[in-house]
Amino acid sequence: MSEMTPPTGSGPLARREARLAWSLLAPTLFAVAAVVILPLLAVFWISFKPVALADLRAPAPVVREDLRGRPEAAGDEATVRYRLRNSSQDQVVADVVLTDTWTEGLTVLEMDPRCTLQGTAFRCEFGDWEGGFRDQLTIPVTVEQAYFDNGAEVDETEVVITGKAQSVLTSNEFTLENFAAIFDGQEFWNVLWVTLFYTVVGTVGALVTGLFAAMLLNHSFMGQGILRGLYLFPYVAPVIAVAFAWLLLLDPFSGSLNALLVQMGVTDQPINFFGQRPLALFTVTGFEIWRYFPLSFLFILARMQSIDTDMYEAADMDGASPFQKFWYLSLPMLLGILSVLFLLRFIWTFNKFDDIFLLTGGNAGTRTLTVNVYEQAFALSNIGAGAAVAVVIFGCLLLFSAFFFKFISREEGL
Amino acid sequence: MKYLRFGYITAPVLGALWLFVIATTVSVAMSFATGAAFRPSFTLSVAIGALLGFGALYLQSASMSAAAAVLGLAVTLAAGAAPVVVGDGVGLTALALTALATGLGAGVPLARFLDEMPAGALTRHEFEGAVLKFLMGFGYIFFTALVVIPFYVMVMTSLKNQSELIQNPLDFSIDLSQGWLLFRSYVELIRDFRFGEYLWTSFYISVLTVFITLAFAIPGAYAVARLRFRGRAAFSRSILLIYMVPMIVLALPIYIAFSMTGLRNSIAGIVMIYPVTTIPVALYMLQGYFRGLPAEIEEAGLMDGLSRLRVIWLITLPLSLPALASVSLYVFMIAWNEFLLAFMLLDDPSKFTLTRGIASLNSSEIPRQHLMAGSVIATLPIMAIFLGLERFMTKGLTAGSVKG
Repeated sequence: MSEMTPPTGSGPLARREARLAWSLLAPTLFAVAAVVILPLLAVFWISFKPVALADLRAPAPVVREDLRGRPEAAGDEATVRYRLRNSSQDQVVADVVLTDTWTEGLTVLEMDPRCTLQGTAFRCEFGDWEGGFRDQLTIPVTVEQAYFDNGAEVDETEVVITGKAQSVLTSNEFTLENFAAIFDGQEFWNVLWVTLFYTVVGTVGALVTGLFAAMLLNHSFMGQGILRGLYLFPYVAPVIAVAFAWLLLLDPFSGSLNALLVQMGVTDQPINFFGQRPLALFTVTGFEIWRYFPLSFLFILARMQSIDTDMYEAADMDGASPFQKFWYLSLPMLLGILSVLFLLRFIWTFNKFDDIFLLTGGNAGTRTLTVNVYEQAFALSNIGAGAAVAVVIFGCLLLFSAFFFKFISREEGL
Repeated sequence: MKYLRFGYITAPVLGALWLFVIATTVSVAMSFATGAAFRPSFTLSVAIGALLGFGALYLQSASMSAAAAVLGLAVTLAAGAAPVVVGDGVGLTALALTALATGLGAGVPLARFLDEMPAGALTRHEFEGAVLKFLMGFGYIFFTALVVIPFYVMVMTSLKNQSELIQNPLDFSIDLSQGWLLFRSYVELIRDFRFGEYLWTSFYISVLTVFITLAFAIPGAYAVARLRFRGRAAFSRSILLIYMVPMIVLALPIYIAFSMTGLRNSIAGIVMIYPVTTIPVALYMLQGYFRGLPAEIEEAGLMDGLSRLRVIWLITLPLSLPALASVSLYVFMIAWNEFLLAFMLLDDPSKFTLTRGIASLNSSEIPRQHLMAGSVIATLPIMAIFLGLERFMTKGLTAGSVKG
């Protein structure tokens, strides 16, 4: 009798199930690949390229046509003029060809050697243009009666000019300049320090504030539901609306808060909350805490409400004081959710862009890494450097997530 | 610490601190409401508060101490030596209101804090109980003020005009006799700045985003939750990983690609991008919920000859309607509030979403009440939806993402 062995490999049923699973996942995989994976690869690619904002438009030949000499009667002489240039200052455009349809009634006196005219079809071959190339093509003509009969203008038909140009984005040109530029000097370390401060203080602040808010609402009383809804407002409202409300509230010249502080005698003169060097960073971090404490509050409250009350009753019997109950009972029970929230919020705060961008635009010492991406790419028009910063961010995130998964899989059994 | 634990020390200390808190709160509230000068006086608050605390200790009955506090504070306020210092030109009504608010705000809670406190030595329980109640009282005021003030400023500013705002930035009292003219900023925004269109654009983009997201996420979530295939564990992890890629990193290449393909400045481009930013989180939330559904019902359906897809459609989806509502709300909120992509990809004022429209109001030529009116227009719908469906919303925010 042969020995019984468990089946190896996957049976037809299992294979069918896997096939179905993959086909259900396919649309998501496809979409995510197109919008997340591809752009990420593109960022890596661009970060090694000397690309400026202007290079996004590939260099192309440009032409303008007009008829000079104002012919008034048949037999007058005039000049058909094409003004030619290369749109790029430093890129070559190869194999430039110009085609145009002339109106009837123009007789060529002297043809440019690069051009031919067959019937009304006009065609020129210019070869390669260097970057910054400029030229004028003039063709003297005599105007005949047919021209005036037609009543057409010379520039009525569209001139077509084509050329082959290589975009920097697809060329084989690579450089490490972008990385050199962003790592250069004190500025990068400043940005990194600001990012770290913002992330750590913002995360811890939001957690602690959320914990307090959750403790406040972990009782049933009249109006608890209303307060809970109210405390979620900062998170639910559009960031742009609340950011502008804060800007207005804290405005140094006509802000209500400054008026209030001056009136109460706290300060003599208005405080420039978003313009002074260390203060702006604190204010921006305060905004981050204000906006995201509701999230931690919500999670912590949900966890608190699921803690068994028996434990507290037992503690009461043993004569534990309120602070002891919090320290020895509640906090250990909340440790799991707190650490998960910390990791999640840490990464999200690190990624945050809109808040600082709207509040200070990264000025007054509040430029974090994410704001730096925008600053380099769009304010300084250096897309390559922006991508290089993005690569640095991505590197940091990989580091965090490696840590995160090691930790969270223990916490949450993911 | 041990020496502090006597009723006759704790009670005055808490009383002093509490009265100062109340005096500050009342001053801020009255300043914001009337624009006149109100200011807490630290020394007077502490002195009177200590007396109040001491009194509450001996009066014991809550209502009596409250009445005593109101009466006492009204008298002191009238005599000009009150915890809240009032500037010139404050009307009698405001004065009376200040006295009443300060008195009630100080007396009633204080009587509750010190309810069970004996005058002599305190047990740890009694001491900490009183301190805890004090901290909670402070917490309610602190958090409520923190949350309410920016929104209050937003709404009130939108109802004022430029000269009023510059004259006294604190004066948020509104003149109700203007009637509908109060809302002129809103009318101008909708008439001259096309905010009606933006509202509609934002709305249909958000709704489309919700539907597209669900169409992608439901099958994906089901596969991850129920079907066995190689790489399932890795997949359910990497979903979250994708959610951690910052938008600005993706926005850069998307901007380039859209510029080159002509999708920039088009609603179609926005509708293509928004769902992809929400699919991972929707998928993650839904798979958490699907896992919680009993598999037996689905297996019964399979035994009865339904195909997997029919099972999803006829059994799983009807059972998970609450989760679908939560996820839809959450996705709607993300799409409605989205700013970065709209800001980078849309330049043409005829195609703006609300958030992009507000950003375009941020210039020195446009008065601030317009900016705030725009903010209110963007905030109100999401708030209304949120308050109406708060149960789903809070579930949606907590569901799936973290258990417990």
